[in-house]
This record gives sequence, structure tokens and C-alpha cells, in this order.
Amino acid sequence: MGIELLIFKSILVLVVFTITLTIAAYSTYGERKIAAFLQDRIGPNRAGPFGIFQPVADGGKMFLKEEIIPADASAFLFVLGPSLAMLTALMTGVVIPWGDTLTLNGVEYSLQITDLNIGVLYIFGVVSFGVYGIMIGGWSSNNKFSLLGAIRASAQMISYELAMGLSIVALIMTTGTLSIKEIVDQQATWHWNILYQPLGFLIFMICAFAECNRAPFDLAECETELVGGYHTEYSSMKLGFYLFAEYINMFISSALMASLYFGGYNFPFMNSLGLDQNMVTILGTVVFFGKVFFFIFFFMWIRWTIPRFRYDQLMRLGWQSLIPLAILNILLTGIFTMREELKNWLFN
Amino acid sequence: MQSVNYIPIVLQLLVAGGFVTLAMTLTHVWGPKRKSAEKLENFECGIESQGNARMPFSIKYFLTAILFVLFDVEVIFLYPWAVNFKELGLFGFVEMLVFIAFLLLGFLYIIKKGALKWE
Amino acid sequence: MVEYIFYALSVICIACALLVVFSKNPIHSVLYLILAFFAIAGHYVLLNAQFLAVVHIIVYAGAIMVLFLFVIMLLNLNAETEPHKNMLTKIMATVSGGLLLVTLVGSFRAAGQVEMVNLDNSNIGTIENLGKVLFNDFLLPFEISSVLFLSAMIGAVILGKKQLS
Repeated sequence: MGIELLIFKSILVLVVFTITLTIAAYSTYGERKIAAFLQDRIGPNRAGPFGIFQPVADGGKMFLKEEIIPADASAFLFVLGPSLAMLTALMTGVVIPWGDTLTLNGVEYSLQITDLNIGVLYIFGVVSFGVYGIMIGGWSSNNKFSLLGAIRASAQMISYELAMGLSIVALIMTTGTLSIKEIVDQQATWHWNILYQPLGFLIFMICAFAECNRAPFDLAECETELVGGYHTEYSSMKLGFYLFAEYINMFISSALMASLYFGGYNFPFMNSLGLDQNMVTILGTVVFFGKVFFFIFFFMWIRWTIPRFRYDQLMRLGWQSLIPLAILNILLTGIFTMREELKNWLFN
Repeated sequence: MQSVNYIPIVLQLLVAGGFVTLAMTLTHVWGPKRKSAEKLENFECGIESQGNARMPFSIKYFLTAILFVLFDVEVIFLYPWAVNFKELGLFGFVEMLVFIAFLLLGFLYIIKKGALKWE
Repeated sequence: MVEYIFYALSVICIACALLVVFSKNPIHSVLYLILAFFAIAGHYVLLNAQFLAVVHIIVYAGAIMVLFLFVIMLLNLNAETEPHKNMLTKIMATVSGGLLLVTLVGSFRAAGQVEMVNLDNSNIGTIENLGKVLFNDFLLPFEISSVLFLSAMIGAVILGKKQLS
């Protein structure tokens, strides 16, 4: 890796990091505004015009609040929990292709931080690691409700990981690659995977909701049973990290859904507009973020519309509906792709 | 050498780790510190807590975790197959049908035995 | 460059493995074990076995260690109620551990010097090539492994159900 490329990658890492934090911060504002709209209220409106400085005020407050570590808690693990949650949330953005290539001074730069040929599995690995932040935080608090919340959340996350993995297998069967960049490139113009994998997308989306611990799957912080769930004992920035990590995960899942199933930075007629490559790339990135924002809005819309599941319903949905459905989806995809061979084999 | 592609991940880890450490340190330094024995007691649910939280919980969760490990490994087995799906052709598809049949057999057993019932 | 990374990863891995054994708190042990797994995954990446590296993370760090944490949390982990191991158990543990060490050292000595293997294809560890080998040459072991999974599932369910009734 040349020094120039290394500098470019470092800049890209910093830019993606800043954008992730900004979008996550403004998602909290968006969430409150959308909740207010759906419930016919006004929402935050004091900090700046229309309350747009609300996330800044909230962030400042998190920094300036007193940090409390309960005397009975294990101090090191108590701090480690939210740090791990935040760290894992920030690590997934590396393999998302934010745009096509830009040509500057005759050198091509890709707007993806790194193109791993096992990109999809990398995401899967980081997601499976996300359980630890919640488990360690809930256990170290030495609070029965935190412990129950943490165990519930981790059992939920591992259960839905299986269906998520199976739904992606069907997608990989049609694409034949695990590199997210290649998957996006195969969907050029309007050949989006959602057209070939509608059932797979539905399963993936439900699992993404469950992995992010978002309503209707937010049983880990079910106030009526568990006080505040796994972060009951937390305060100041440590609480902030848990809440913030949830919004970052939501952003990354939206980006993943847009790249895997909705064409990523591709849009119809992108090659017939007569624009040069750099313009198309920039337009593509704008379109990509448009898709991402739509999914973030969808996450919020669902949260303020559908009530929470009961725990047995949640586990039944994960194990007894989504896993068989995902396997059925694999079989259907296989039969559909192999239809010619099957016909030859059956009738000859 | 494809391993070069992993350098940006190290960069990202440095940035993310740096941010987490910095934020944790700043909130520690900036926040007020007025602690008392009462304040540092566990909040739990607001009333005085009984005993502590180091207690055993339902075996159901443990069973879920074991079954998760097994199914996770099976899902991982599907990935190398899915990538080569078109090249392996019909024979590969039948191979995987046999594998999935065993998986479903185990799955049916688990459901029938009520191992995943939560009532 | 690669050599330095190799040594750094090895040092991390061995240090973490030692800490797994020496730390008093079992949760800390699990965390050090996870770090050791990450160092091993780093070794796999250096060898260009990317699929193996990521599977190592998913299966060991992401699934089996979660199970370990569940077990540790499931056991009543009060500092006061922790059972004290008696002298006999400690002696037996030392002896059996020592025997394992002797066996390992002996087998390494018997194996002699390992020849360096030069691969003509450096992409041998990618998921495409691995899949081709697994589903053509090692078909039977692969199918048999599914029977193994089935028996493991049945065993887990029987053990779990016994506790319930």
C-alpha cells in the first residue's frame, strides 16, 4: 500500500467516522421529531431554531454529568461494557461502499474504506461480537434487573443472528461473492437484489430490527418489567454510549440494507445521463444516503407504530418462523437458479 | 497479498478506540464528583435491594446459547457452498439438501421436545 | 514488516493465554481468551486465510465465548459462596496438566523439524477455493459432520430438559 493511498484511506476513515457520529446524533433529534409528528406533538423546539441544536446540548450534558459507579459493581467491567458497545458499533462502517470510485489527478480512489473479499462475513463477525457490550454491562452492574435485561438481550441477539445469516446465504447464492463492493456493482442501474430476494430481504430486515434492539424487539429495556434494562445503573457518557451505539447500529444496518438489497449507490439511468464518472459517483453517493435516510425513517416509523412483543412471542418468531422461512428461501432460490438443470435431469 | 486490505481496519480500530478512551476520560474529568455512601448504592428498582444479583437464572437461556453455537457452525458451512453454488451445479445442490435435511431433523426434534418453549 | 507483525501478534496471544490462566476473576479470563482469539485471527490474516480468520472470530469469539459467559453467569458466582477446592483436587489437576504437557512436548520432538512449504497458489485460503475443496474432495466428512451436529443437538436438549423437570 503506497503512502498516498494510506493518507487517502486515513482521511476517509476520519470522514466516515465524523459522518457516522453526526448522523447518529441527528437521528436522536429525528427520532424525537418523528415521534412528536406521529403523536401530534411539537417535539424539541427550544435549542436553536426548531430545536436543531438539541443533539449538541444532549451530548454536552452527557459529558458534564456526574459519573457514578455503584459501590457493588465491578468497576473495570462496568466501564468496559459501554466502551465495547460503542467500539463494535463503530467498526462495521469499514466495509460499506459509500460510493463508486473518484478519479483525482488520474488516480482512482474508491469511496469504500476497504474491500474485503469476505465483507459480508466481517459484518457478521462484528455483529456477533456486539453481544459482549450488553452482557458485560448488565452483569457488572450487580443489579438483578440489569442482569435479566442483559441475558434477554443476548439470547435475542444470538437467536436472530441465525436467521440473519441464513437469509444472507440465499443472497450469496445469487451473487456468488462475499465482497459488498462486488454485490453492489452487480446491481448496476435497476437490477436491485430486492427484485430477486424479496423474502430474504424481509427476513433480513426483521433480524436487523432485533439485532439493534429496536422496538418492537426492545424487550431488553422493557420498563414495565425491568426498570431500565441492562443500562439501569448507568449515568453520564457511559449511558450515552449505550444509547448512541444503538443509533449507530441503526445507521449501519440501514446502509447495509441499502447496499445489499437496494442497489447501494446505483440508480436507474445512471449511465445514460451523459455525465462524467466523478459526477455520477457523487450523485450515486447522494442517492445512497437518500436510501439510508429512508430506512432510518422506517426504523423510527415502526418504533412509534407497533407495540412491543412478549418474550415467548419474540423467541417463537425468531426460532420457529424466521429460521424455517430462511431455509425455505434458500431452497426456493436454489430451485429457481437450477431450474434448467433440474428440467434436464427430470425429463431426460 | 490480500492482507494489505486489513490495514484500514487497524486504522479504524485506532480512531474508534481513541474516541472511546477520550470520551470516557473527558466525562471522568469534567463531571462533578460529590459521592456519598447512599448515592453509590445500587439503584436497582428504587427501593432497597435484597441480596445481590449474582444469582442463577433459567437454564432456558443456556440451552438457547448451546443451540445457537451448533446452528451458527452449520450456517458458516453454508457460506463456502453459497459462494460456489453456480459452479458446483446440481450435484452440489443435492449435497446441501442432504446436509439441510439433517439440520431440519435436529430442528424438528428440538421443537417437538419443546426445548424452545418459553411459557 | 510482516515479521514484526507476526512477533507482535504472538506476544499478545501468549500473554493473553497466560492471563486466562492466572486471572482470579473468571469473566476476566473469558475476556483475555477473546483477545487471544483475535491475535490468532490476525495470524490467519497474515497467512492469507481470510475465511478461516473471520470464521474463527464468528465461531470462537462470537458464539462459544458467549456460551462460556452464560455458564459463568449461570453458576452462582458469589465471592463468599465459592467452593474451596481441597488439596487432592489441586494435586490431581497439576499431575494431569503436567502429563498433557509431557505428551505435547514429546509429540513435537518426535515430529522433528517441520519443512517450510512453498505454496504455488497464494489464494488457497480464500472462500472460493476452500468451498471447492470442501464440496468436492471432502464431501463425505462434510456430510458426516451433519450427523455429528444432530447428535450434539439431541444431547443438548436432553441435558437441558433433565434440569427442567
